[in-house]
Amino acid sequence: MISTIKNLYEHDRRFRFAFIVIIGIIIFSSLSFFSPYDPDSSYDVPSDQSPSIKYFFGTSSRGQDIFWKMTFAIRNSLLFGISTALLSRIISILVGLTAGYKGGIGDRILMSINDSFIVIPILPLLILFNFIFQEKMSLFLLSLIMACLGWAWDARLIRSQVLSLKEREFTRTAVYSGMKSLPITLKEHLPFVMPIVFATMINNMLWSMGLEVSLAVLGLSDINTPTIGTTIYWANQHQALVAGVWWWIAAPIAISTLLFIGLYLLFASLNQYIDPRTRLLRMGG
Amino acid sequence: MVNNEKLLSVKDITKVFSIGGLLTGTRLTAVNEVYFEMGSANPEIFTLAGESGSGKTTLARLILHDIELTHGSIFYRGTDVTTIRNRKERMRFMERVQPIFQNPFETFNPLKRVDTYLYATAVNYGIAKSGESTDGVVDDALRSVGLSLQEVRGRYPHELSGGQLQRVSVARALIPRPSLLIADEPVSMVDASLRMSIVNLFKELKEKSGVSIIYITHDLATAYYISDRIAIMLRGNFVEMGPVEKVLSEPLHPYTKILKESVPKPVLGEKWKDKIELSTLEAKEFARVGCKFAGRCPSVMDICKKEDPKNFLLDERTVKCHLYAKQFKNSIL
Amino acid sequence: MGILKVENLKAYYMTDVYGTKRTVRAIDGISVEIKENEIFGIAGESSCGKTTFMKVLSGAVKPPLTVVGGKVLYNFGNGSLDILSLQKDELRKIRWKSISCILQGSMSVLNPVRKIYKTFRDFVEAHQKIEKKGDFMRQMRDHLGKLGLPREVLKAYPHHLSGGMKQRVTIALATIFKPSVIIADEPTTALDVIVQRGVLQLLKEIQKEQKNTIILVTHDMAVHANIADRIAIMYAGRIVEEAKAGDILENSLHPYTQHLIDSLPMIGDKSHRVSIPGVPPNLANPPSGCRFHPRCSSVMGICREEVPPLIEVGDRHKVACFLVSKESGDGK
Ligand SMILES: Nc1ncnc2c1ncn2[C@@H]1O[C@H](COP(=O)(O)OP(=O)(O)OP(=O)(O)O)[C@@H](O)[C@H]1O
Ligand SMILES: Nc1ncnc2c1ncn2[C@@H]1O[C@H](COP(=O)(O)OP(=O)(O)OP(=O)(O)O)[C@@H](O)[C@H]1O
Ligand code: SF4
Ligand SMILES: [Mg+2]
Ligand SMILES: [Mg+2]
Repeated sequence: MISTIKNLYEHDRRFRFAFIVIIGIIIFSSLSFFSPYDPDSSYDVPSDQSPSIKYFFGTSSRGQDIFWKMTFAIRNSLLFGISTALLSRIISILVGLTAGYKGGIGDRILMSINDSFIVIPILPLLILFNFIFQEKMSLFLLSLIMACLGWAWDARLIRSQVLSLKEREFTRTAVYSGMKSLPITLKEHLPFVMPIVFATMINNMLWSMGLEVSLAVLGLSDINTPTIGTTIYWANQHQALVAGVWWWIAAPIAISTLLFIGLYLLFASLNQYIDPRTRLLRMGG
Repeated sequence: MVNNEKLLSVKDITKVFSIGGLLTGTRLTAVNEVYFEMGSANPEIFTLAGESGSGKTTLARLILHDIELTHGSIFYRGTDVTTIRNRKERMRFMERVQPIFQNPFETFNPLKRVDTYLYATAVNYGIAKSGESTDGVVDDALRSVGLSLQEVRGRYPHELSGGQLQRVSVARALIPRPSLLIADEPVSMVDASLRMSIVNLFKELKEKSGVSIIYITHDLATAYYISDRIAIMLRGNFVEMGPVEKVLSEPLHPYTKILKESVPKPVLGEKWKDKIELSTLEAKEFARVGCKFAGRCPSVMDICKKEDPKNFLLDERTVKCHLYAKQFKNSIL
Repeated sequence: MGILKVENLKAYYMTDVYGTKRTVRAIDGISVEIKENEIFGIAGESSCGKTTFMKVLSGAVKPPLTVVGGKVLYNFGNGSLDILSLQKDELRKIRWKSISCILQGSMSVLNPVRKIYKTFRDFVEAHQKIEKKGDFMRQMRDHLGKLGLPREVLKAYPHHLSGGMKQRVTIALATIFKPSVIIADEPTTALDVIVQRGVLQLLKEIQKEQKNTIILVTHDMAVHANIADRIAIMYAGRIVEEAKAGDILENSLHPYTQHLIDSLPMIGDKSHRVSIPGVPPNLANPPSGCRFHPRCSSVMGICREEVPPLIEVGDRHKVACFLVSKESGDGK
């Protein structure tokens, strides 16, 4: 693991850049644990101060230090993106592998469920859920709901990969070695599927974090939990741009842009590294 | 049941593949009404020979129940194996009937060490329980094919040559101590010196351990050397089947004759002289009405292009060729 | 000089997997000269380094394979060219045009999702401009026709073709540019005898007509008997005997070659054939002296200690065995 990172860090410029950015952002978000202010409190500091040595990112019209506020926002957004991506990855791996390996009726049932999820329009559904849950809509619940909505395409991709792996002779060797379907799928096929999982993971994180921003800006999420989206929501509520408090908007946008680019590069480089073909090359095949 | 004494009875099995799309697609009869039996009293080596695309692999996969039959039935020790549904029955069948595949480069997962398959086989079929004894079982199996655990342990497929991989594959198949091996061109990637050791090993397995073997090959020299009976396949059909000495020493079917003539001989002054007619696109020959060989046959007659020849029983073998129709009236189906 | 001269070539696989180092001495001191316009056969048992040798000859050396010493000199009529010192783009220029490879398991060069003619077009386009599509298709059809392949294969996908047909298509691909040297590593191993016969006869015909040199690797002595002019026998990374095909088949001097020939089965002969006793050597830890000594029935003391040199004993007949070098009078 360490040697992998070292290897990538030394040989891949994209990885080096992304690694530094992501580590920086993670350190930044973990500063939240040392924040002098409570994430929910307001009017701790003078409002509408422009960025300075004292207030790195300035202060908001609600009297919050934007620097510390952002540490919470980034932490929550990151956790939100990761949990959504991980949860939906689990669903898509399960569905994709099972459908692909088992085939037959099970495959057809799973794929028709899968296809219904593909055609469901997501935004209206999320708005609907928000109306249903009202106050109870927490960031975690949102992440759960989005995970349940964002796996279908990727499950299909995984399934088609497994279908082609199933035809390879080594699968038959595994079968005649007495291996059961589950170990075959996990040990023989999963390594070939992992690159897809990684590639789609980045997409899914970006998608879910982006959607969270849209929902929050519309006020359709848990606006009391600081995230990138809710920070922008509150700035808009106080007409930050009109009032000339541009730093209130600039901070979340700048950090999230950096985060998105970093994530993208990180996964692009990991994706290449984990691909079975380059893996074979590394092993000297 | 009558089939009880038979190790394997393959009864008129047919496999039809649909190739291409719905509208432009054609149907290809890769195995056509194939019938043969293998006795269980005396283990035997039964060779399936024929050029590529003649349906040998398809037939092997049908017997292994890897693909579904279009019609016909297959009995293994009196049990219809086409009805196997649950895993327990399947495991019991696989323990007795093991395959060896054609391409050693594809036999093992390129991302996994090859020895994992040997250990998995030993453990899953209950041949060995603990770590120590598994090593012993695996090493014995590898030694019987001229390798050793020491050489193979921890190595990935790309670190072994084709020949080495194929020997590992044979070793793996031997671990559950099967009574029937289905070896699909097991020595085509193995060099001559080791080829004989594997071929001799098959012979030994037959003679000492009573393992029967379906040996698929286009190497008629080793087929002659080890097998008891041989079936020559052409585009899904058995065109000649009988004792190997008969079929290969005095071939009757024109195709068998050409096949035999094309085997290179390791002696001087036996080079091929006349050019050979190669088959056109396989699907075309498969689609042919009448004898599938009519397009290339030197003794072709008019009837060959119209009617599918019957099987004629003569001189201890069956021959599927119109040339023998007049000579022998007692055709069998 | 001939078209190819190899001088004391050594190429090892040096791997380092999670800290375990291992050196496989796959080519360990090969010298050979190959004349123009001949079919040079190389035989030897599995994993004796034949494929590795072909990789080095075609300049496809990449880690973990490392050339430790020696030279591979080609002569395409404009001075000698050391393929091991060429840059990537120089190599690309001569690859396929001057040296063409049909490697073991090379059927995988056919892209599974592209029709054959597209693969052909991609391949040709990578080397030269295609002026007219129509001309190109006609050329391809002619070429395939000569190989006895039906033109329909151009419109097929690789998975429509049987293994044999795929290999024929690959051979067709490799001979498009009429290269001066064709390196063929087990080109017919996966083919049935009828197609093998067709392909070998064709290779021979191409060779006669274009006067190119074919280096043919196969462990099948019967194939060599039919087509090779000269044969070199490899054992554990070295050449142990090299001579005219006839001499190898009927007059071999090295015990290994003799075993090899004696073990061949023939139709009509069921008498027991023994394979060579013992196990093939492990090239990560090869035997000392003559590498065949642990399996040799005429082994002598010196065989265990010293490496027998490859010496010429007759009409271009070379052997590396102390039995022979003693007889011929000079120990070294
Ligand atoms: N899954 C499939 N779908 C369609 N056609 C198939 C399929 N499998 C095999 N075929 C066709 O069936 C025919 C017989 O193929 P098979 O692989 O059984 O031949 P073979 O005798 O084993 O040949 P080889 O010596 O090349 O291994 C071929 O024409 C092949 O293209
Ligand atoms: N990438 C690799 N890494 C480490 N060892 C290798 C690698 N490739 C081949 N070897 C080893 O090098 C030796 C020579 O292998 P090579 O493939 O050249 O044999 P070969 O004579 O072509 O055999 P075959 O007839 O089976 O194809 C073998 O011991 C093999 O295990
Ligand atoms: S039936 Fe006719 S075409 Fe077929 S092999 Fe016999 S003679 Fe030849
Ligand atoms: Mg086959
Ligand atoms: Mg090789």
